[in-house]
Amino acid sequence: MLRYVLTRLGLAVPTLLAISFLVFFAAYLSPADPVDIILGQRAAPEAKARVRHEWGLDRPPLERYGKYVVAVVTKGDFGRSYQTKEPVTEFIARGFPNTAILAVSALGLALLTGIPLGVVAAIKHNSWIDRFAMAFALLGVATPSFVLAPVLTLVLAVRMGWLPVGGFSLQEGIVDPATFILPTVVLAARSSALIARLTRSAMLDVLSQDFIRTARAKGVRPLGVLFRHALRNALSPILTVAGTTFGYLLSGSFVVETFFTIPGIGNQSITAITARDYPVIQGLALLLAGIFVGVNLIVDILQGFVDPRARVSDQKAI
Amino acid sequence: MTPRETWQRIAANKIALASIIFLALLILAAAFVPMLLPFGYEQQLPDSRLLPPGGKHILGTDDLGRDILTRVLVGARISLMVAVSVECVVVFLGLTVGLIAGYRGGWIDSLLMRITDVLLAFPDVLLAILLLGTLGATSSRPETSAMLVVVSLGVTGWPPLARLVRGQVVALRQREFVDAARSIGSSHGRILLHHILPNLVSPIIVAVTVDAAGVILAEATLSYLGIGVQRPMPSWGRMINDALDYYKSEPRLVIVPATMLSLTVIALNFLGDGLRDALDPRKTRR
Repeated sequence: MLRYVLTRLGLAVPTLLAISFLVFFAAYLSPADPVDIILGQRAAPEAKARVRHEWGLDRPPLERYGKYVVAVVTKGDFGRSYQTKEPVTEFIARGFPNTAILAVSALGLALLTGIPLGVVAAIKHNSWIDRFAMAFALLGVATPSFVLAPVLTLVLAVRMGWLPVGGFSLQEGIVDPATFILPTVVLAARSSALIARLTRSAMLDVLSQDFIRTARAKGVRPLGVLFRHALRNALSPILTVAGTTFGYLLSGSFVVETFFTIPGIGNQSITAITARDYPVIQGLALLLAGIFVGVNLIVDILQGFVDPRARVSDQKAI
Repeated sequence: MTPRETWQRIAANKIALASIIFLALLILAAAFVPMLLPFGYEQQLPDSRLLPPGGKHILGTDDLGRDILTRVLVGARISLMVAVSVECVVVFLGLTVGLIAGYRGGWIDSLLMRITDVLLAFPDVLLAILLLGTLGATSSRPETSAMLVVVSLGVTGWPPLARLVRGQVVALRQREFVDAARSIGSSHGRILLHHILPNLVSPIIVAVTVDAAGVILAEATLSYLGIGVQRPMPSWGRMINDALDYYKSEPRLVIVPATMLSLTVIALNFLGDGLRDALDPRKTRR
């Protein structure tokens, strides 16, 4: 198991390198001049030349990329923002908690709603509950969050007045818990639908297998069959989709954060992109890639606990 | 299975047939109706702002006095054209990588699949967002921005297809008819083109149909975030974003493009399911 984890960690390094390389050279190829972003386009040529030299922007791109990687690895230094001139790490550290709490609570909500819905739909296969669950799942997948957000806000906040209109910011001291509800629900909807759909088909797969019939024939109580036999075996694909779902949640947070004006990394990314603040974009790209790799790793490890077969076959594969 | 049989199977599936009819109508409407309507998609009529549906403006006008029906149909053009172009890029890249990896095997296979995994580790539109941001779509002309959207969604969208093609090729490579072709001295190119590729057509069509739904959603998301197709081109995502200042009093400004978007995505999903059932001899429908 330890060897397996270490190998996976080793694979994470080239992944992160590839992502940083891609983003760095996309930035290099773009027509904008970083100095114009740092100083503004009308700055004097001498000032521009000085800044270009100070920021090391007059060096060849490969050298700049190399220095960037070395600084990141040895000092955890991701450079400074072109706009605010503050270190990228400080900038991101301000936004990250907001996104983290949003994504984690949305994942929780998606699992707590999606799994039961899928299980019930599978047990009551082809009943109205099943149809309702699948209609919900289809609607959840086909309704983007930027549609769900204004619609729910309009109905629940503006018309009914049950919930506050805006979002939240952890920096503002005491946060009203009600401000979490709408953003979390909007962000979780799609993932909940995906998880429900997958849980249903995984459960249907398991429930049609011989050992379930055997367990029933032996007289195991229906709930025992469901939880001990069926759900345990369906857990492995559910876990995988929960991992990939986390990716949806982070990119979904771009939309949710801009709509509810939550100052998280999604909002920061959009600001950085419109301002062409490349060091911030690079830092955020690496952070997001790191989170994905980390989450996938955790999922793989959990997979080993849930399904011993995964452990064995993976070791053979490596 | 002949194309005729396939078609009969799809036609027997009512939901798939309804999806085909919807998509066909959408394509026709997007292609021709804006020409028949007396308004341009960026034409602003200062006297007729926020008109309700009815009369000359069938779906009303937006806050700048632009005809919503015209805009939503031109938006359909953009969505469909982006989807088709992206899928072309995806098929080209995914097929090339998948064929080479699956057919050659060995270290080339490992290398290509490692690259595929790296890109797969970055799901959904996130990499496209970052790529678009760095390529600078926000400051481009509308036409260029649409092209950059296609590039970024295409370049980041091929890994799942490459995986699919590789898996199929690995399985096909060991089949008797490939051995037979090789034993009579067929070249690699001929085996790939005449023996393996025809067997890949069905799964690719299914995958591309379902993926196109994702691409349309992704384009709308990018345009909603303001980094996709730029003004004044009326992408559905952009229209929803533009409507946000007014949706509390005029929900229709959000609902019209949102409905078009959702219906198109649902239709493509159903069509994909229908095609899978029709093209797969071992029907695995539940």
